[in-house]
Amino acid sequence: MIVAEQKPLEEIRRMIAPYQRVLILGCGTCTTICGAGGEREVSYLHNALRLAQAKSNNGTHTFSEYTVKRQCDPEFVELLVDKVGDVDAILSLGCGIGVQTVAERFLDLPVLPGVNTSFMGMSKEWGVWDERCAACGDCRLAETAGICPIVRCTKGILNGPCAGTKNGKCEANKDMDCAWILIYERLERLHQLDKMRQYYPLRNFRTIPRPKRIVSKANIEVGGGDG
Amino acid sequence: MANSAFEEKLYSDKFLVTTEVGPPKGTDISEMVHHIDLLKDKVDAINITDHQSSVMRFPSLGGCLLVKERGGEPILQVTCRDRNRLAIQADLLLAYTRGIRNVLCLTGDSVDVGDHKEAKPVFDLDSVQLLTMIRTMESGTDIAGNELKGAPKFCIGASVHPEADFIEPQLIKFEKKAAAGAQFFQTQGIFDLASLRRFMQYASQFNVKILAGIIVLSSAGMARYMNDNVPGIIVPQAIIDELASAEKGKRLQKGIEIATRSIKTIKEENLCHGVHIMAVGNEGIVPDILEAL
Repeated sequence: MIVAEQKPLEEIRRMIAPYQRVLILGCGTCTTICGAGGEREVSYLHNALRLAQAKSNNGTHTFSEYTVKRQCDPEFVELLVDKVGDVDAILSLGCGIGVQTVAERFLDLPVLPGVNTSFMGMSKEWGVWDERCAACGDCRLAETAGICPIVRCTKGILNGPCAGTKNGKCEANKDMDCAWILIYERLERLHQLDKMRQYYPLRNFRTIPRPKRIVSKANIEVGGGDG
Repeated sequence: MANSAFEEKLYSDKFLVTTEVGPPKGTDISEMVHHIDLLKDKVDAINITDHQSSVMRFPSLGGCLLVKERGGEPILQVTCRDRNRLAIQADLLLAYTRGIRNVLCLTGDSVDVGDHKEAKPVFDLDSVQLLTMIRTMESGTDIAGNELKGAPKFCIGASVHPEADFIEPQLIKFEKKAAAGAQFFQTQGIFDLASLRRFMQYASQFNVKILAGIIVLSSAGMARYMNDNVPGIIVPQAIIDELASAEKGKRLQKGIEIATRSIKTIKEENLCHGVHIMAVGNEGIVPDILEAL
């Protein structure tokens, strides 16, 4: 899932300053799970913004709140049509994709990001999320014992550890495991160390020209993507 | 025929001595030139570091050109941290046309350990791929397969870490570097000769030359700092204690003594093919070490 963090309240206040009526828009999928922008966070943020406004005696915003199932899906974003008629800006707590999906639908409304989209990752334990995928477009997890060196090695290198690893940790961050030590240990356990002895050539960055687009093959065959 | 004076010596029986000079942060190159002049006739080659520890400095390529101008033998250090495959290949073409023939291929320290922590880390290649890229260029094409109008030819080396606390993965990487064409290795700092002996038992099966890295420590504080902050370095407690035992003002002298002792043993026991002396800011003392040998 996509993991995000809510922006600091002061930054959000600066962003919304020019707009009187602000819709705080939550997302019911990834940012709900990572606690950055679900229904609960929309409500907390609403209260926090109102309180900050009252306390500072600065600003006359009025807020409304709403949470859609998925901000990255035009079908759900369409449901906003009757919610945005009387607002001056939308403060989205969806990821960067959500913000842009909403912005593409409502061309005359400023859509502001209330969260910083951080990475694609997994829940490690309660309240802890770890990055696991770089969306590199050329998955090599079969060769690296299911541990991604592109995202988990700070240098993203493919042919084994650098010399900076110490106590199994990374030179860039002593709390972070060295991905290549993990890969070595797991390949050894799987009796697949030969995979590490193989030479991996330079990465093909053409697999990630930005922006990417994927068109479902099924859609191509039936001649359209209208569903 | 050898590519360079250094390559020629590499395949002789000579015990090799290389050292390194770190370029300045700024345009005042007088101290670097002074160090080059001081060392050029006393060592077999001088490495010029490439933004060592990810601290932005005058470039390795510029330093190597100076070494050439002053009549010395340079080893160009190339890391993959700051330049993508286009930029590195271009630098190599320039280096070759200006007579720089020795290249040390490194992945490069993480941006996070340096003084531009917010910079974009490039790492388009790693050290093994860099070695391969150079051999590809020598065959007459760039790494994308396009024909070169004039191909370079280099003597290429890499680094290895015999004192890594988990050695097996490092040895796999060493083998890959040797297979990719590395002719020589300048090791990370060696403090415990037992680890060098163990490493050489293994490494001697490969047709590569090993130059043991010798870091000249200037105090116990420096040793502790390096343990905490310099990627991969592990100075043993015994060495730290020995440095601490020296009187104030004589600690660098003690560091020189420790380095000289290691080099003498390596040479006498014929442990490997040479040494690479890293004086880390005290380049001026390298001649003292050489005289004491």
